[in-house]
Amino acid sequence: MSKPIVATTSLAGCFGCHMSFLDIDERIIDLFDLVDFNKSPIDDIKTFTKKCDIGIIEGGVANSENYHILKEFRKNCKILISLGECAIMGGLPAMRNNKDSIESCLKEAYIDSPATVNEDKIIPNDEELPMLLDKVYPCHEIVKIDYFLPGCAPRADLIWDALVALLNGKEIDPKYKTYKFD
Amino acid sequence: MKDKFKITIDGVELTANQGETILKVASDNGIYIPVLCAYEGLKPQASCRVCSVKVNGRTMTACTTTASPGMKIENDTPEINELRKIIVETMFVAGNHFCPTCEKSGDCELQALAYRLKMDVPRFPYSFSNKEIDASNPKLMIDHNRCIKCKRCARGIKTEDGKDLFAFKNRGDRILISIDKELAKNISDKKAQEAMDICPVGAILRKERGFINPIGTRKYDNNPIGNNIEKLKEI
Repeated sequence: MSKPIVATTSLAGCFGCHMSFLDIDERIIDLFDLVDFNKSPIDDIKTFTKKCDIGIIEGGVANSENYHILKEFRKNCKILISLGECAIMGGLPAMRNNKDSIESCLKEAYIDSPATVNEDKIIPNDEELPMLLDKVYPCHEIVKIDYFLPGCAPRADLIWDALVALLNGKEIDPKYKTYKFD
Repeated sequence: MKDKFKITIDGVELTANQGETILKVASDNGIYIPVLCAYEGLKPQASCRVCSVKVNGRTMTACTTTASPGMKIENDTPEINELRKIIVETMFVAGNHFCPTCEKSGDCELQALAYRLKMDVPRFPYSFSNKEIDASNPKLMIDHNRCIKCKRCARGIKTEDGKDLFAFKNRGDRILISIDKELAKNISDKKAQEAMDICPVGAILRKERGFINPIGTRKYDNNPIGNNIEKLKEI
């Protein structure tokens, strides 16, 4: 039987959850015995080349690119996991959600902030840039998410235990000490 | 009526004293009923509903219901725990409970309850509320987006000369804590700490003391809430 295939991505996240994933240390060698990776920053495969068993999503949905990647993950993965607070509730990027408009956020970031030097008063608007959404959405408000692993970043042991449980067809039963929201 | 009588909680027979609430009988007998708005020494007001139990089949709040002879109470059942989880989830989505950015994280009772009830994600959409953050007081900061309206501050905190430091304005879901700005100017560090400690969430914070305890040493990092009354079976 071929090994289960895992894909991972970081949407509007800081890659902290991926760093925490690498924090499983030498167990990563065991992990490569257990699974193959497909689209993921871990092996630098940029697009899906086959259907995957587990998709791990870091970060919420802040722009059009995040949205399309998340949709693609749902299409190509049997199980989707929201990893970390940003994927679960929008996290730090979602702190813009209660502001008046994106315009005011961009103005604050690129023009009005005392730390900004931007003499031409240009707000980035290149067509290559993904469009910002009206707010930052938690992943489960866009697609169906099967499991949630909270934490900022989620503890490495939580990620490891959850993956091992899933790969063995068991329920994820997180331990208190690894199950934190911060 | 006799002074002592029997009630049962989850089938366990307990002795209750006349006049005691279900919550008191339970905690005296090592049974944990989760609470948020109830606080040692304050008159219970039953506003958070987290202490809901089933009394002879009816849902009641354990903090205000007086025990009476022969009561059959359900507490630690899947149905009641799910109800409590729903209540905690509504509190998480009603305000901005971004745990990673909150100084109270790790010492927060709402967060600790979510851990104990194994909440992973609220089933309701987040509101991303946009209320005022008041940092104008020299010692205290108030973030209205985190307030869960338990009123513990208004009920429990008085200045050294017996004046109320906190009050509430508006009603219903528009309720807001307000602080007496003149009195707040002169409070001691001890009083400021008391105000921060009585708040179950991070709505009242002492200034310049944020993140003072490193992760791993905070109140609920290794000890689930309620473990002083009843130990959580598996941690």
